[in-house]
Amino acid sequence: MNLTNGRGASGCQWARSRLFGSWPSSLATLAIVYLAARWLPPLLNWALLRAVWSPDRAAACRDSQGACWAFVADKFRFILFATFPADQHWRPALVIAILLALYGVSGFQLVRRLRLLCLWLGGLALIGLLMWGGIFGLTYVENERWGGLTLTLLLSTFGIALAFPLSILLALGRRSEMPLLRWFSIGYIELIRGVPLISVLFMASVMLPLFLPQGVSIDKLLRAQLAMTLFAAAYLAEVIRGGLQAIPPQQEEAALATGLSYWQRVCYVTLPQALRVAIPPLVNTFIGFFKDTSLVVIIGLFDFLTTIKVSLNEPAWSGFGIEAYLFSALGYFAFCYPMSRYSQALERQTAHGTGLSALREN
Amino acid sequence: MVRQLDIRQRAALYQIFLLAGVCLAGWYFIANAVDNLLARRIASGFGFLWREAGFEIGESTLLSFGAADSYFKALTVGLLNTFRVALLAVVFSTVIGVAVGLARLSPNWLLTKLASTYVELLRNIPLVVQLFFWYAVITESFPAPAQALNPLPGFYLSNRGLAVPTISTLLPLAIDYPAFSGFNFSGGVVLSPEFTALFLGLALYTAAFIGEIVRAGILAVDRGQYEAAQSQGLSPAQLMRLIILPQALRLVVPPVTSQYLNCIKNSSLAVAIGYPDLVSIANTTINQTGQAIEGIAVIMLVYLTISLAISALMNRYNRRFALRGGKT
Repeated sequence: MNLTNGRGASGCQWARSRLFGSWPSSLATLAIVYLAARWLPPLLNWALLRAVWSPDRAAACRDSQGACWAFVADKFRFILFATFPADQHWRPALVIAILLALYGVSGFQLVRRLRLLCLWLGGLALIGLLMWGGIFGLTYVENERWGGLTLTLLLSTFGIALAFPLSILLALGRRSEMPLLRWFSIGYIELIRGVPLISVLFMASVMLPLFLPQGVSIDKLLRAQLAMTLFAAAYLAEVIRGGLQAIPPQQEEAALATGLSYWQRVCYVTLPQALRVAIPPLVNTFIGFFKDTSLVVIIGLFDFLTTIKVSLNEPAWSGFGIEAYLFSALGYFAFCYPMSRYSQALERQTAHGTGLSALREN
Repeated sequence: MVRQLDIRQRAALYQIFLLAGVCLAGWYFIANAVDNLLARRIASGFGFLWREAGFEIGESTLLSFGAADSYFKALTVGLLNTFRVALLAVVFSTVIGVAVGLARLSPNWLLTKLASTYVELLRNIPLVVQLFFWYAVITESFPAPAQALNPLPGFYLSNRGLAVPTISTLLPLAIDYPAFSGFNFSGGVVLSPEFTALFLGLALYTAAFIGEIVRAGILAVDRGQYEAAQSQGLSPAQLMRLIILPQALRLVVPPVTSQYLNCIKNSSLAVAIGYPDLVSIANTTINQTGQAIEGIAVIMLVYLTISLAISALMNRYNRRFALRGGKT
């Protein structure tokens, strides 16, 4: 049953064991081949061969039997940058490049710890400068005009970056010996984890303004960012708590015996170890969070998905929803899949990556 | 000064500060809210629940609803709609998920690849995008009811949704097939495009996660168990059914339950494609009455109740079935 594809085995032997190993297996192979033969050619025909690619041929899409990728080609800039002033598009483009570079540097572990932190802080400050402008001869661009893929990346990156310190406090609070602090942390974490994200977003978009003094208002983007941050913090806190629980209690006892204070114990002994254990599930949480940013479509922020959805409202492109959402699926997949492969690789690296830990993450 | 206090007193002091801080913040926000509500002339409280809703709900199969009914009844219809789609999605996602999990472990290379592609694809695309996609597929590419696709006898797919046969609950049992007449289907049940898209999206998305859990659960069963069962002369099917699956089940049930919970929470994305679930109706209510605080309180209360109820059931299950000194 468990024959492996040995290096010496010929293709024929491989096929016999992995495709026609038994009667049910042979039947499954034949069924899959039959279905592929039946469905793949028309699908490829639609998606590639008969598709319309050129953006100036909206009318051609109507007559064609194929997919209308012209839609994407036409709306490309809008999908990336939304309504950011056209002559300033290099700024959000640079922001996307900086973010990707930061992810790359962190993912491949090119620099360590403190330097990485400095790099991130510098990078995020530079991103803020590029997006808002207002100094060094850059024209000021208000939040309302940010959007597209840029906004999706900003929401998820800043959301996690801001939620991280809060989640550490919550995780420590949940393990604290002070009952009141523990109850508050548990209450917060379980409340947020018990309700759907959309209700937290609604809270930020319609309820929060009621709780601010009259005359004070926070714009929609920042409110959504706040909601996403508060939401992410609860989930991150549970991941970090998992990491803290994985550390043998002797570590804490030894640190206590050395005479370290609470914060010294946390910063030098427990937290660094806990975070290292928690990296793969942290990456998974980030993937989930990245996908969740698409929910801002419901409160009407112009992220990657919303720009695509709104483009469909134009008469020229209405009725091409399938192409539009296939493209947006591809966009999200291009970000999430490499990250999920990355976290799987990390899991295999660490000794803790057994089948059981995969179970616990979900 | 603080140095001289012992640790206990210091802890008490911190907690008093925390409590005072939380109370102060709470008081500040509530005071603001009271001011704002006064300025906007919105009466706070849940009295609005008994007022006339004045809107129609597209789908109220389980409870008849008209514009003259109250907001309370509208929200109840929404909750029932949430349950209707979530329960159906839970059942189907379990079936598909188990199949996918087993397929990923099968000796057949094609089947394994197919299942892992399914899992990777579905897990790495946001659910909202998938819902929009299915909705677009149904409304844009399916034919009008008159030319409805008929993939199985009694099942019709058209841009008005999916028509399925029903079994009458009254005796004698009879199957009521949908049939096209005039401009639409009569007989059976017609599931709206919104319902169909949401159900399909939720079931397929949740199934990808359940598939991974099932796979990991089966892999976690000790190798010795396989070897012992094989040496007893059990067939592969018996081995799976009698030895492996019962043991895997113990590991699989807790995470699968949390996936069910996610599925119920995710059904709130109904609002994105216009299926009238609890969140979508609460949203309409908020827009009409301005009772934002109460509306969101209702949503959160309902979901929290569901979450807590399911966790309580889960804990009972764990106490009964966990291994001695067991984990999870």
